[in-house]
Amino acid sequence: MARPVLIALLATAAFAACGPAGAEGLLPYTVAGDAVPDSLTGTKGDATRGRALIVERSSTCILCHSGPFPEQAFQGDLAPNLSGSGSRWSEGQLRLRLVDASHFDPATIMPSYYRIDGLTRVGNAWRDKPILSAEQIEDIVAYLVTLRD
Amino acid sequence: MKFVGCIAILAALAGTALATEIPQADRRSGYSFMGPDSRAMQDDDTSNPGMLWVLDGETLWKRKAGTAGKACGDCHSDARVSMKGVAARYPTFDKALGKPVDLEGRINLCRSNHQQAPPLAYESRELLALTAYVAQQSRGMPIEVGNDPDLAPFVAKGHELFTRRQGQLNLACANCHDDNWDRKLAGAPITQGQPTGYPLYRLEWQSLGSLQRRLRACITGIRAQAYEYGSPELVELEAYLMSRARGMKLETPAVRP
Ligand code: HEC
Ligand code: HEC
Repeated sequence: MARPVLIALLATAAFAACGPAGAEGLLPYTVAGDAVPDSLTGTKGDATRGRALIVERSSTCILCHSGPFPEQAFQGDLAPNLSGSGSRWSEGQLRLRLVDASHFDPATIMPSYYRIDGLTRVGNAWRDKPILSAEQIEDIVAYLVTLRD
Repeated sequence: MKFVGCIAILAALAGTALATEIPQADRRSGYSFMGPDSRAMQDDDTSNPGMLWVLDGETLWKRKAGTAGKACGDCHSDARVSMKGVAARYPTFDKALGKPVDLEGRINLCRSNHQQAPPLAYESRELLALTAYVAQQSRGMPIEVGNDPDLAPFVAKGHELFTRRQGQLNLACANCHDDNWDRKLAGAPITQGQPTGYPLYRLEWQSLGSLQRRLRACITGIRAQAYEYGSPELVELEAYLMSRARGMKLETPAVRP
C-alpha cells in the first residue's frame, strides 16, 4: 500500500514542475489539429483491459453510450453507439475525444476524462483527479480503434 | 487577448445551446415514466408503502411536543382542512426571515417557535412522516409556486444552479432533465426531474425520502460536492423546481423506482 502511494506522490511532484498551470498531476500532451497523436503514457494500451473498463459503471461510458456489448443489459442512448468508432475516427482523434471532448464541441455533454481545470464544485472524493488515468485512457483508445464495424 | 475573446464566444454559444423550459403542455411527472407495477403501487393506498409514514404523521400531528406542551393540531386543528393546498405553495417566502422556507423548514419553525421543541433532522422518520402527512392533504391539487414576487429572486438563483455545469462530470441538471428527458441513462428513463411526489417512497432507497435527498443524490451523481440539508442552495433549487412544475398535480406520497 505505502509504496504505490509514494510513487504516485513523487510522480505528481515531478509533473507539477513541467505541466501547465492548474493541471498538476496530469501528464503533458500535445494537441495537433483535432487529435492527440502520441500515447499519453508513451506506451500502447491493452485493448482487452479497455473493453472491460468501458463496460464498468464507474467509467461512466455506457451510462450514455451503447455499443457491441451484448452481455450488458443496461446501456444508455444519450450518445452514439460506439460500434464502428475505430473506422470513423483515427487513434489520435479518439484520444483527444476522451481527453477533452469539448475540443470538438464546446456544448457537448460528454465529460472530459483527462482534465482537472475549468471544473466547478468537484466533490471532495474526486477533486484534483481526472476521471480516468492516462493508462486507462490508453487502454480504452486501444480498444476503440478495434471497433471497425 | 484573442484567446480570451474566443473563450467568451464559446461560453456564450454553450449557454444558448441549453434548451429552454419545458412547455406547460409537455410537463410529465416521473409517474408517467414508470412501469405498470410501480404505478399500481402508487395508485393503491393499501399497497403504497409511503402511507405508513403518512399514518405515523397523523399520530405525530396530534402528539404534544416541546416545553410548550402543544401538538400541531392544537394550533391547526384538523389537518384535512387546515393543511389542504399548503404543500402546493411551498417553498414559500417568509417575510420575517427574509428568505424562502420549504415544508420541512416550516415544520421545524413551528417546532422551535410554537412548541419550543428541538428541530427534527432531515430524513428522520418524524420529519418525513409529518411532511408526508401535511403534503398528502394537497394530493391532486395543482402546484402554485412561482407567482410571489418576493420569491422570484430565489427561484432565479435556483434556475441558475439548475443550468450551471458542475462536478467532475461537468454536467448541469438541465443537460439531463431539460435536454434529454426522453432518453435513457444506463437503460433507465431520465425523467423531467419534476418534484411532484415528495416526500416519496423510492424502491431503491427502501424508504421514504425528501426532495432534498433526491437533489443531493443527483449532485453526487455528477460528482459535485453535495450541499448540506437545509442549505439555501437546496431550498432555492426546490423553489425553482416547484415553479417549473407549476400547474402539475401533487402526488405525495408518490412511489418511484
Ligand atoms: C454524459 C454522456 C457521455 C458520456 C458519459 C460519455 N460520452 Fe462519449 N459521447 C457523448 C456524446 C453526446 C457524443 C456525440 C458527440 C458529442 O456530443 O461530442 C459522444 C461521442 C463519443 C465518441 C465518438 C462517436 C462517434 O462515432 O461519433 C466516442 C468514441 C466516445 N464518445 C467514447 C466515449 C467513451 C469511451 C466514454 C467513457 C470513457 C464516453 N464516450 C463517455 C456522450 C457521452
Ligand atoms: C446525468 C444525468 C442527470 C443529471 C445531470 C441530474 N439528474 Fe436528476 N435524475 C437523473 C436520473 C437518472 C433520475 C432517476 C430517474 C428519475 O426519477 O428521473 C433523476 C431524478 C431526479 C428527480 C426525481 C424525479 C421524480 O420523479 O421523483 C429530481 C427532482 C431531479 N433528478 C433533479 C435534479 C437536479 C436538481 C439536478 C442537478 C443538481 C439533477 N437532477 C441532475 C439523472 C440526472
